[in-house]
This record gives sequence, structure tokens and C-alpha cells, in this order.
Amino acid sequence: MRFIFKTSYEQDLRLAKHGGHVFWYSLLAVGLVAAPWVAPEYWLAQLTFVLIYAIVGLGLMLLAGFTGLFSLGHAAFLGVGAYTQAVLTGMGWPFALSLACAAGLSAAVGVVVGLPALRVKGIYLGMATLSFGFIVEEVFARWESATGGNSGKHLVPPEIWGFKFESTESFYFLCLVIAVVSTLAILNLLRSPTGRAFVAIRDSEISAQSMGIHLARYKTLSFSISAALAGIGGALYAHKLQFISPDQFNILQSIDLLLMIVIGGLGSVHGAFLGAIFLISMPQLISLSKDWLPAAVGQAPGLQAVVYGAVLIAFVLFEPMGLYGRWLKVRTWLQMFPFYRKGLFKRQKSFQKSDRLR
Amino acid sequence: MQFLQLLISGISQGCIYGLIALGFVLIYKATETVSFAQGELMMLGAFCGLALMTVLGFPFWMAVLASILAMGLFGVVLERAVIRPILGQPAFSIVMLTIGIGYVLRGLVTMIPNIGTDTHTLPVPYKDLSFRLGALVLNAEQLVVIGATAALCVLLFAMFRYSKLGIAMQASSQNQLAAYYMGIPVQRLNGLAWGLAAAVAAVAGLLLAPITFVHANMGLIGLKAFPAAVVGGFGSLPGAIVGGLVIGIVESLSGFYLPDGFKDTAAYIVVLIMLMVKPNGLFGEKLRKKV
Repeated sequence: MRFIFKTSYEQDLRLAKHGGHVFWYSLLAVGLVAAPWVAPEYWLAQLTFVLIYAIVGLGLMLLAGFTGLFSLGHAAFLGVGAYTQAVLTGMGWPFALSLACAAGLSAAVGVVVGLPALRVKGIYLGMATLSFGFIVEEVFARWESATGGNSGKHLVPPEIWGFKFESTESFYFLCLVIAVVSTLAILNLLRSPTGRAFVAIRDSEISAQSMGIHLARYKTLSFSISAALAGIGGALYAHKLQFISPDQFNILQSIDLLLMIVIGGLGSVHGAFLGAIFLISMPQLISLSKDWLPAAVGQAPGLQAVVYGAVLIAFVLFEPMGLYGRWLKVRTWLQMFPFYRKGLFKRQKSFQKSDRLR
Repeated sequence: MQFLQLLISGISQGCIYGLIALGFVLIYKATETVSFAQGELMMLGAFCGLALMTVLGFPFWMAVLASILAMGLFGVVLERAVIRPILGQPAFSIVMLTIGIGYVLRGLVTMIPNIGTDTHTLPVPYKDLSFRLGALVLNAEQLVVIGATAALCVLLFAMFRYSKLGIAMQASSQNQLAAYYMGIPVQRLNGLAWGLAAAVAAVAGLLLAPITFVHANMGLIGLKAFPAAVVGGFGSLPGAIVGGLVIGIVESLSGFYLPDGFKDTAAYIVVLIMLMVKPNGLFGEKLRKKV
């Protein structure tokens, strides 16, 4: 077991806490860079989707996991990013510029949604974002001159300085770079005063306010950063699929995104990636398990929904910190091996937080 | 006359929204949790009635009563098995939990071979009946929905006003700790609230079935009932019904007078306006938290 005695503020702020972090993350980085030469093309495409969902997940994690505001309409931001990218690259704009516009427009929409969030919280905020999601989905379907309506819209491959990211490998690297940059950005944000303010708002709005945190400003900020990341993710998603239609950005997608970060582990950056891996690998695992199950169960159309729901219920009941929490427990068990205490991660119940009293 | 016709169909649709919203409010008042599985409970109630009528050959009224009772029992069991262990955790985890329950219920019904994926019609005795009132055409289905909702409201009102159980439930919804000190079995009442909500959802499902169809995805209408609950105020029982009526009428009128696309989003636009103007809803309670 490793004890880290912090003796200076610099040490407390450092991204890599000890040599082990440096070693394992370098190994991961080497693995990710080497992936195109090792993994078959299909797996590489799946890995690209993992990266894209992780970018969106990072944004939602910042909002739901760190600021404590949960959004039931996050797919709408994904859609705003995707459609902006589709329209702008269709008009011949360069990739980087249109990506910036996609992020910027999503962030602006995020501010607009964030404004009602200043007045409402808890389930009312859920309702506001849910309604927003429905309205945006309808706008995508009806605004045919820009979005192509229900018949969808095709995209051209991204292009930077004449280099076209057409192959699976090149697009993978593009996504990898953007994912790494956004992860570092989020990590840096979280150790800055802004990130601390977000966490303070999540833990107690009243005490955050009494510490001099401007609730309205930080909540809106959180919404806009989260929406910008979702917009970037949406733009990449659109490029990867090369075809988008309104039903890709509906309420079920929003719920999938929430499911992703809850299962990954709320309130951890690792959770966004673990959740994305889970979300992408789940359909594969289900189709693999179909051969094992009796035909009546395995071939039934509702199997996927049942498995998703059951996994979600199991995680909320038994592992509220998600996959990341499970990993923490395993790691602690290994570190403390013969001395692991049973109640080490026991949850505390609180009956004081109530939406009704405001 | 056209307006009146639209109004009546809006009211009957709104009654369904109101009944589902009633389920939300019952659960919210009792346990401070929001159930996203309410629409799926409604779907399950409709399927339950269908199974009793077509497979077991129950007469209509028996089937209705039996499926309401069965769903009530199901709600109690659900609360005991899944919801109770999680009480006291943040509201967010309970929302995710009920979303999970909704997924499982929808998936399980879909998995029933040859039944789950089809649309069915519920054989009701009042099918295809209609009355003429001048130029106004009144469908029996719509009248039954309105009548049954009114009856259910009176029943619930009487229960909360006069029965010992209802008064105990009111007490525990106002202050659980104080109610617990007074010897009210708060946990058991929470279970009963879930049971009651599931039973109300079953009524909504059985009433909706003749108007639309019985289908595994009919529970998605529950998403329309959230606006109803918000407009009425999340903690108010009459508010749920009024909110449902408002949403139903707005939807029906906007479907006719406004361009395409407004019918599906009208409810959500109303919610956004409501949240901006009066976040507590029409009948919302105003409580202040002591720091």
C-alpha cells in the first residue's frame, strides 16, 4: 500500500500523484497509439465510438457528476453539434472551424437551457431538459431546409489542410487526439477554482453560496462546457456515421448517455471512459450471449432492454459508484490484502436533502 | 362546435395524462422519489386486463377489478423489493432506478412470444358506441374516460379526507419523522403509496386501451404525463388532474389550429413556460427550508 504524504500545494495539484500513475497511463497511451497496427479494423471502429462517447460522457459527467445538475435531454446537444457540423462542412467550411462552431453553438444553446436551471432544480430541472430535448428533436425533423428532415443528412469526411480523414485509422487518431485534449482540459478544469466551485455546488448549494460562489454563473458555465463537449462529440459522431437523422438524437439516446455515466461511476473522470466502453461493448456481449441462451429468450426482441434495465438496477442498488467504484474496491482489497474491512465503503443515507423544501 | 369537439377529445386525453400524473404525485408525496416507470406500469395494467379477458375469459368488470388489484399488489412488491433498499440515497439514483425498472418491464413484455410485439385491441363492451348531441359527436370511450377519472378522483378525495389510512398517508407525506414518532408505520405506507400508484396506472391503461391500442411501447405516453405533473405542481393531487387536463386540451387545440409538429411538442413548450413563470406549478406547495 502506498501512502502519499502531501507536503506542498504543488504536490496536491499535480495531475500524476505518483510514479505508478505515470507508468500506467504511459502504457495506456502507448497501447492506444499502437492500436491501429494491432487491432482489426472492426475493433478500431468500436474503439473510435468509445472515444466519441467518452468525450460526450466527460461533458455529462461534469454536469451531472461534478455539478450535480442532471440533464435528461443531452442528446439534443449532441444533435446540435452533429447538425452544425453537417451543415457547415457541407458548405465547404474547414473541419477545425466548423468543429469550433459546433462546440460554440452547442455551448450557446447550453446557456439558454442553463438559464431555467437557475430557478429550478432536482426533478424540475430534469423536466426542463427533457422538454428541451423533445422540442429540439422536433426541430431537427421539421426544419427540412437545414437538416434534411426525417430523410437525414449525409456528411463528407473531415479534412484538415488537404488531408482527408477517410480511413478508419486516420479518423481514429483524430478522435484520439480530441479525446485526450478534452480529458486534459476537464482534469485541469476540475483542479482549478472553477472545478472546486462545481463540486461545492453539487455537495450543498447553500453552503457553496455562503462561501461566495456565484450559483447562477457557475451553473450556466457548467451547462455550457458540458454542452460544448457534447457538441464536439456529436460532430465526430456525425462524421463517423457519415449520416445523421433526427431519431438518433431522441430521448432514448439521452437516457443511454445518462446510463453510461451512472454505470461508469458518477463523479469520476475514469467513469466517463469506463461507461463508454460499457455502452459500446454491451450490444456485442448480448449478441454473444444469445448463442448460450435458449432460443425463446435469446431471439426475443426485448432482450437488450431487459439486460440494460437489469444492469442499471443492479448498479444503482449494489454499486452506486459504478464500474470505477468497483475497481476502487478491488484495488483497495488487493492493497490491504489480509486486512480488508467489510464496511469500508459503506454508504451513508441522508434524508435531509429534499427537493420539496427550497 | 368544432372547438367543443376538440375540447372534449382534449379533456378525455388529458384525463389519461392526469391519471398517470396522479401516480407520480402519489409516489412523490409519499417517498419524495419520482417514478419514471409509471408509463410502463400503465402498459402492464393494460396487458394484464387483456390477458385476463382474452386468455382466461374473465367478464369485463371482473377483469378490470382483478387487474387493478393485481397491479396494486405488484406496486407494493416492487417497492419492497427494489425501491426500499435505496431510500435515503440522492434523488438521482432513484430516478435511474425507475428508468431501469421501466426498461425491464418494457423488455419483458416485448419478450413474450407472438404477443409482446403486436398491437392488440381490448374487447370492451362500450366499443363503437357514440352519442349525438346536436352537431356534437360523443364517443362512449371518451365519456367513460372522463366519468371514470371523475369517479376515481372522488374516491381518492374521500379516502384522503375521511379514512384513517388516507389521513395517515397525508401526515407521513408532510413530515415523515413526526409521523413516525406518532406511531404511523411510514415504511408500510410508502409501500401502499406505490401500490396505489400502480393501481391508478392500471386504471389509466385500461381506459386508454380502447382509444389507442394495447402495445408494449404504449408506456411512452408516460413521458407526456410529466408535463401534466409539473404544470399542476409536483406535490398536488388535484394539480395532477388539472395539469393533465391543461396538457390534453392544449395538445388537442394546437394539433388542429397550429402547424404540423406543434401537437407533439405543445406539452413540452407549456412546461418550459410554466417552469419559467411559476416553477412550483399551479397548485404547488410553497415550503421553505431552514438552514
